[in-house]
Amino acid sequence: MADATDLPGVPALGDIDAYLEAHRHKSLLRFITCGSVDDGKSTLIGRLLFDSKMIFEDQLAALASDSRRLGTQGQEIDFALLVDGLAAEREQGITIDVAYRFFTTEKRKFIVADTPGHEQYTRNMVTGASTADLAVLLVDARKGILTQTRRHAFLAGLLGIRHLVLAVNKMDLVDWEQDRFDAIVADFAGFGARIGLSAAMAIPMSGLRGDNVTHPGDAAPWYRGPTLLAHLEEVAIDHSGMAERPFRMPVQWVNRPDPSFRGFSGLISAGAVRPGDTIRALPSGRDAIVTRIVTADGDLPSARAGQSVTLTLDREIDISRGDLLADQSRPAPVADQFEATIVWMADEPLLVSRSYWLKLGTRLVPATVTELRHQINVNTLEHLAAKTLQLNAIAICNVALDQPVPFDPYEENRDTGGFILIDRLSNGTVAAGMIRFALRRSENVRWQSLDVDKAARALMNNQVPRVAWFTGFSGAGKSTIANLVEKRLHSLGRRTYILDGDNIRHGLNKDLGFTAGDRVENIRRVAEVARLMVDAGLIVLVSFISPFRAERRLARERLEPGEFVEVFVDTPLADAEKRDVKGLYAKARSGALRNFTGIDSPYERPEHPEIHVDTTREAPDAAAERIVAWLLADAPAAADGNRSPRYTSETGRDPTASGTDEVEGDAP
Amino acid sequence: MREVVAEFERPVMLYSVGKDSAVMLHLARKAFFPGRPPFPLLHVDTTWKFRDMYAFRDRMAVESGMELLIHRNPEALARRINPFDHGSSLHTDLWKTQGLRQALDMHRFDAAFGGARRDEEKSRAKERIFSFRSAGHRWDPKNQRPELWNLYNTRRAPGETVRVFPISNWTELDVWQYIQLEAIPIPSLYLAAERPVVSRGGTLIMVDDDRMPLAPGETPELRSVRFRTLGCYPLTGAVESQADTLTAVIGEMLLARTSERQGRMIDHDQAASMEKKKQEGYF
Repeated sequence: MADATDLPGVPALGDIDAYLEAHRHKSLLRFITCGSVDDGKSTLIGRLLFDSKMIFEDQLAALASDSRRLGTQGQEIDFALLVDGLAAEREQGITIDVAYRFFTTEKRKFIVADTPGHEQYTRNMVTGASTADLAVLLVDARKGILTQTRRHAFLAGLLGIRHLVLAVNKMDLVDWEQDRFDAIVADFAGFGARIGLSAAMAIPMSGLRGDNVTHPGDAAPWYRGPTLLAHLEEVAIDHSGMAERPFRMPVQWVNRPDPSFRGFSGLISAGAVRPGDTIRALPSGRDAIVTRIVTADGDLPSARAGQSVTLTLDREIDISRGDLLADQSRPAPVADQFEATIVWMADEPLLVSRSYWLKLGTRLVPATVTELRHQINVNTLEHLAAKTLQLNAIAICNVALDQPVPFDPYEENRDTGGFILIDRLSNGTVAAGMIRFALRRSENVRWQSLDVDKAARALMNNQVPRVAWFTGFSGAGKSTIANLVEKRLHSLGRRTYILDGDNIRHGLNKDLGFTAGDRVENIRRVAEVARLMVDAGLIVLVSFISPFRAERRLARERLEPGEFVEVFVDTPLADAEKRDVKGLYAKARSGALRNFTGIDSPYERPEHPEIHVDTTREAPDAAAERIVAWLLADAPAAADGNRSPRYTSETGRDPTASGTDEVEGDAP
Repeated sequence: MREVVAEFERPVMLYSVGKDSAVMLHLARKAFFPGRPPFPLLHVDTTWKFRDMYAFRDRMAVESGMELLIHRNPEALARRINPFDHGSSLHTDLWKTQGLRQALDMHRFDAAFGGARRDEEKSRAKERIFSFRSAGHRWDPKNQRPELWNLYNTRRAPGETVRVFPISNWTELDVWQYIQLEAIPIPSLYLAAERPVVSRGGTLIMVDDDRMPLAPGETPELRSVRFRTLGCYPLTGAVESQADTLTAVIGEMLLARTSERQGRMIDHDQAASMEKKKQEGYF
């Protein structure tokens, strides 16, 4: 280990204050390393840490013993072991997550995100890239530009990284041949030009031996450029650019410790602010003048991008968490539909029309992908038609929100233009998105308000319109029970309609198949039709397998509270298959029919159905009676007086509470 | 921190009385100024901390005006668990890991701030800033949520909790520098002074009270020492030092050849020990 005097940037004890002062003013460069498995990323980072003296003696001792036990370098130190932290990945020999490492030189502080090359973990590369200024793209000199190299270069460009370093590694294994290096650089330049990446800095190196990493190697006299570290220290990074842009601050917290103080706290993502500036609160569009910039160290005369502050305003306007404070003369656009690039990060595929949570800035809103314009093949850059997206897929799509939100294009501001999608059931982060622009249609299509409304039509029909949504396996008895319910309602003078899965697929939905994506669209259309019928004042009976919770919830959310009655027709799969009225199970078992619910496509049981029909314990007639009772519980008395008194209930909202002892499991 | 307070129902700040806790408390007070941080402090106590730490803790609680919750694992208390008779592994598991889980469950906290940093230890380098724990407090390093930009997905199912590490991206030097710049109070144990120590297995242990059994012939001697990290006194190694000012401590740190956690005896117990502890619910 080197003597203290060899440490870069560490002066004699007496100069500590001067050193600290210099350290304080060093700029910070955040970068990522990416490349294919075995291109030597972890080794390179280990080398940077080692050569910049960031490895302590105890770590080095542990490393030396680990190297002999686990390393791939014989008695030599295996630098990759320094970086590969988790036990599982030590055994597999691959990095499986993003690891953040820190080191400092005389000129800069660095945070490096080590991102994985393994294909199934590309989402981590996107994660690492989202906060990086520069990307070091590793290429194995023996293998050249691979699919993963292209994918990572494309992603780096997509996430707005402007500086790219092509690190042609393991040059020692190709005898430092200049031709090999030049061919790789030319190959990459061709690809880079097509995706609009500016010229990358290319450096031939050996991470294992250290040549051209921190010290110039003498193995390649034909290379006269900087070492990797020298380039990282010198490259111009543009942090100040954000401060020149229009002011933006997402409101994170409304600070009101007592009635006399009301401030809005957040991190300024762009521009600067001074007391006296007029700001606009979005989406409300109300203006106010900044009176103070409050911090614990006293009020500030101004604040700029990167600072966390609390602002007070000259008047009371309604501002809450999730709103955006913006420059009044250059406010952010507000829209409820936009075009965006998304990177799908979950094992479960994206389903068009499914409702997800979207988090943008400090705001969380329900959102759906309404249209996949095209998927992008990152190897060929081809545009592909897509109905769904699998893990790691990248696509341009339209996104619709259930309320207008303020935003900036991602190109202009990462913080106000980047979003994540969250699955509503698993709560997992399933996608990263970058807003391109607002869709004009959200401004042009206005809701036409009409004078005769749902209440008026319901009154005319003398009933409470609602939807009974029958869900369950094919052959469970949904249509049988729905048919009985409709007959009974009809005889009671109620206006009804049955939307049957098979029948609708003959007309409205005959263009749809049985893939997960088509099933979602199938349900979306039926939910919309059911909603229109409820609006028209009808009692609608929907009989659809509807296997996914998310879509049943989507249907529920299209209606007002109380209008959606989920009826779970619960039959054991074996019983439904035994019955097999339509011969479909036999076909599915033989492989002639694919994506069949229960066989090779999942059915998600309802968690809290309003009505649970256990067909092994309740006959269809009894179930139908019970459903009719629920649907009519709060209906006005039938005008013709033929309504059976047992269905009349002035107060009871829950007719199933009595007389249904034979069935268990009804949700409250 | 504001993000957590806005999106969680019952946040708490873990307060271990060390320098990272001092920085965290300072940041919290700044983030909610002029208000008071809207969450309590929680100290998971082992009864074996340095006496100076207890005094300092109580002083800071009064100064910040925040509620201070102290939890001592009743089982460990009843069994009189200590590092001498039971070993550092059991001691840490019962007092700290189990104690923390008990405290979080008892108060039904759904978010806990911690002062861990990614530069401390290998498995922590991969930790998220918002780290999800299952209903049993376990950490699954393979099933963590990606964190993009500065967007944090805080959605969770009932029973799930989150550990939040706001100073993840700070280095040891950053912490010291911030303490110096902002004049943040820290326990005096971080500065060198004459203290009674014994040497055990190459580690200097301070004899902080008479509960510490001395081997025959072992007598504490006064040496000028300081601590790079603070924990239970029988498990925390001192370093010989003359650095009695912050600047001198930082100077020594810059020249140091051993990493910060080296004084922590618990990390050396077994391979991948920190990762294992984390999966079991330790910070």
